[in-house]
Amino acid sequence: MKSAFVTVGTTSFDDLILCVSARENLQIFRSLGYNRLVLQIGRGKVVPEPFSTESFTLDVYRYKESLKEDLQQADLVISHAGAGSCLETLEKGKPLVVVVNEKLMNNHQLELAKQLYKEGYLFYCTCSTLPGLLQSMDLPTLKCYPPGQPEKFSAFLDKVVGLQK
Amino acid sequence: MVWVLILAVAGATAVVFILRLWIVLRFQNVTPRESLGLLIVAGSGGHTTEILRLVGSLSGAYSPRHYVIADSDEMSANKINSFEFTRADRDSSPEYIKYYIHRIPRSREVQQPWLSTVFTTLRSMWLSFPLVQRIKPDLVLCNGPGTCIPICVSALLLGILGIKKVIIVYVESICRVETLSLSGKILLHLSDYFIVQWPALKEKYPKSVYLGRIV
Repeated sequence: MKSAFVTVGTTSFDDLILCVSARENLQIFRSLGYNRLVLQIGRGKVVPEPFSTESFTLDVYRYKESLKEDLQQADLVISHAGAGSCLETLEKGKPLVVVVNEKLMNNHQLELAKQLYKEGYLFYCTCSTLPGLLQSMDLPTLKCYPPGQPEKFSAFLDKVVGLQK
Repeated sequence: MVWVLILAVAGATAVVFILRLWIVLRFQNVTPRESLGLLIVAGSGGHTTEILRLVGSLSGAYSPRHYVIADSDEMSANKINSFEFTRADRDSSPEYIKYYIHRIPRSREVQQPWLSTVFTTLRSMWLSFPLVQRIKPDLVLCNGPGTCIPICVSALLLGILGIKKVIIVYVESICRVETLSLSGKILLHLSDYFIVQWPALKEKYPKSVYLGRIV
């Protein structure tokens, strides 16, 4: 069972949901060998109709207490550019495609997506270029993401505040 | 005549204020200590996740921990409770259990117009100062949500008024690779330690501290 997980975090990203659930794009997923697509739609207004056939299942929901399980089961994650979604996915070692929401003004999330793409940890695109990217991308070329090191922060802080052990 | 007097007093007060601010910002004595009261500003969504990762790396000496969240932010309250319970379980040390959650009105909603933001921020200031004054933390830790501005300004005021010198530590979000957030730009020169997570920012703002990616 090869599955793809689409997540928009706590935001609404109707363009992405419309894009991935469009018939021609569902066909692309099928042709790439996926037989399950899970859509976490957050605050979005677009709610695709879930369905389940012998060869393909589409699941749709708004929120879950934790996305851990869906991330764990996914073979591919397609996410909005929120840092939380990106980092959680990368830390689980899952291939990640970040879709940038062009309708968001002053899009600071873009900086992180671009940087992580430059360093080879994920692919990124817009809704219009997503179908093309899905068909052309080479997932094994993605590098493994080393987690952050908060212990450096605590060492620094202990020193500057004069904490005695 | 009265106007001259009023102007003179106002002028003198302003001078004293600025002088005090300069003294508070300039002098960072490192007094050795065994524990540190923390005030942590938790903004919405990712901000809370990032700050909890930072707090999670700190030892039990950082206690008590006072969390300040926006009053509409139930998700952050849940994350904080969850974090603290897990930590208390793991550490099984009674001191670590001391934490409190305080709520203040948001300084600014996402995409709120800037003019009204001035008023809502002033309102947040009016409510933040008594809170910070009551808690008198040793250190304020924040990472960028608008909620942190009134809190940090209140902490600065505590120093300026000679009540207590509060260490202000600002950690810019990992999302900020090339540019600072608005809170970052404001607090760059008002914080004691300004930590960035990408080298481009360290280059642009040499005053900042760069420790690599810490969340």
